[in-house]
Amino acid sequence: MKIIKHSEGTALEIALEGRLDTNTAPELEKELKESLGGVTDLTLDFARLEYISSAGLRVLLSAHKTMQGHMTVKNVNEIVSEVFDVTGFVDILNIE
Amino acid sequence: MKEMTLEAKIENIPRVTAFIDEQLEALDCPMKAQMQIDVAIDELFGNISHYAYAPGSGEATVGFDFDETARTVSVVFSDRGIPFDPLGRSDPDVNAPAQERDIGGLGIFLVKKTMDSLEYRFENGKNVLTIKKKI
Repeated sequence: MKIIKHSEGTALEIALEGRLDTNTAPELEKELKESLGGVTDLTLDFARLEYISSAGLRVLLSAHKTMQGHMTVKNVNEIVSEVFDVTGFVDILNIE
Repeated sequence: MKEMTLEAKIENIPRVTAFIDEQLEALDCPMKAQMQIDVAIDELFGNISHYAYAPGSGEATVGFDFDETARTVSVVFSDRGIPFDPLGRSDPDVNAPAQERDIGGLGIFLVKKTMDSLEYRFENGKNVLTIKKKI
């Protein structure tokens, strides 16, 4: 998985490429832990994310709980969207 | 049935995925079903890696079969670890608010929702979990 960061003032956009799963979720977790200080708007761009497993959901949930500001997930594909639907994450996350 | 046996550790998940994807690609499996099966592998082989032999280590076998008449793929996970029925636990509450969410059990729940069937057996000292998906 590739993590591409774009920061503008207190807004941070993180684009993910590849698969967010058991092996890669810790990389995102580490990135978020290091980057979220002072961030008021976090956008996760999933345009190039192939799929997400529960390990990825755990990291998203934890970021959502600790995030002081606004967190948005955008450009989710059909597979990721289905995972958000069946797990009820569609009601928790702000999905664009 | 085609099989591969390897050490049950999360670093080996990509090897299992590559093995199954190769079989699926040869069958012209739709991309969506392939991704769903890949997620199921991440959940199930991940579970075996984390829990089956904890705190030690051991091997797991992943088998692949295809029923041409029913166009149904079977992936069979087996290990000689601690007997564990992943279907035995209740489904997580997917309507709970974020602060009350517990992520435990979400992976197996996801597999139940995206596969056509899951079957667990404990036989000859082995956990045997079979997932089936029509492609």
